Amino acid sequence: MKITIRGVRGSIPTSGPATQKYGGNTSCIEVSAEGWQLVLDGGSGMRNSNTLERPLNNRLDILLTHLHMDHIQGLGFFKPFFDPEMEVHIWGPAGSRKSLHARLSKYLSPPLFPMYIRELPCKLILHEVDKSEFEIGPFRVQSQYVIHPGPTVGFRINDGKRIFTYIPDHEPALGIHGIVSDQKWISGFDLASNADLLIHDAQYTTAEYKERTGWGHSSMDDALRFASMACVKKLLMAHHDPNHTDTYLGELLTELKMRNNYSFHFDLAEEGMVIEL
Amino acid sequence: MAAYEIEIILNRQLADCLSIPVFITDREGNLIYYNEPAEQILGKRYDDTGEMPVSIWATIFKPVDEKGNVLSPDDLPLVKTLKNCKPYHKTFCIESLNGKIEKIAVTSYPILGRPSRFLGAVALFWETKDE
Ligand SMILES: [Zn+2]
Ligand SMILES: [Zn+2]
Repeated sequence: MKITIRGVRGSIPTSGPATQKYGGNTSCIEVSAEGWQLVLDGGSGMRNSNTLERPLNNRLDILLTHLHMDHIQGLGFFKPFFDPEMEVHIWGPAGSRKSLHARLSKYLSPPLFPMYIRELPCKLILHEVDKSEFEIGPFRVQSQYVIHPGPTVGFRINDGKRIFTYIPDHEPALGIHGIVSDQKWISGFDLASNADLLIHDAQYTTAEYKERTGWGHSSMDDALRFASMACVKKLLMAHHDPNHTDTYLGELLTELKMRNNYSFHFDLAEEGMVIEL
Repeated sequence: MAAYEIEIILNRQLADCLSIPVFITDREGNLIYYNEPAEQILGKRYDDTGEMPVSIWATIFKPVDEKGNVLSPDDLPLVKTLKNCKPYHKTFCIESLNGKIEKIAVTSYPILGRPSRFLGAVALFWETKDE
């Protein structure tokens, strides 16, 4: 499968020269195989997905981890929604009471957006997921709730050859002991276990995390520990803090590499990165 | 060996921070976690025992009424919660490890995750003084 990173900034888009290298757009990743296309999250990076080739059968699937603004703000600017030839499926986490449609409508309706969901010209089909398993073309997708405020899932995507796990907003260390050593008690563990590539939340430094425990995100050290315990082959750290410049992120990465000698490869996710898995 | 659902994991994380004894079971009633204050009641350490099947841990307590008559398990809050997916509360006595009868109150509640999935149950033990 081919993975293209369109946005990995956390919380809010940050445009400007200081964030050009890792990118200022919020969460959006494209995944394609055999002519099928998935778009993971609809952050501001989604606007750059508009150059996508027309997918097989005019069908496109958007997988939303959750409905925080930085993961849906690009939806209204995604061209396939405005193409009557397109069939767009949105898969998103089920809530306790309100439907996915009702929760998405909070943003995709006036006054926040000039149109209602029902007015989008494409054929739109919504699917609610929780601990689910479903197939989209060549992809077998598993979803599971993970620790983050509000209903939030992570996705494990298997194209029959490789496994890609995407958990951009996740706080597995929440609790007084941090990430516990027993795998059974680690949020998101089954999703990430033995993945060829894991893209995971690593918003904070360890010092920042101490100040922001419970906000739903991970420190870089916890992301590494989580990846190591799950035996992933490669980790790309994502959801970069809006206050972290390219220079600072570079320094943090150098320091992490010096301090750790994990057997797997790790790096910072970067907007524009293309990975052939 | 699948990991627990986050609703269970978060209940454990909460239990870890409380000074009240907390017991967490799966849907079948197997004891999957108990915190440090609960270790004192059980007389066992979680690190040593790990999870305990319902057949074993249910026999550790001897629930009795104030006259010392043994209570039927069906009258206990946690057993009722596991059966009916509802919360219960009851004050009764347990014979402690040293044979002393101690009065306790137990509150139990079901863990109903999103979207309405019954995942397990929690029992909180409150030490009570005779009023
Ligand atoms: Zn986010
Ligand atoms: Zn979020």
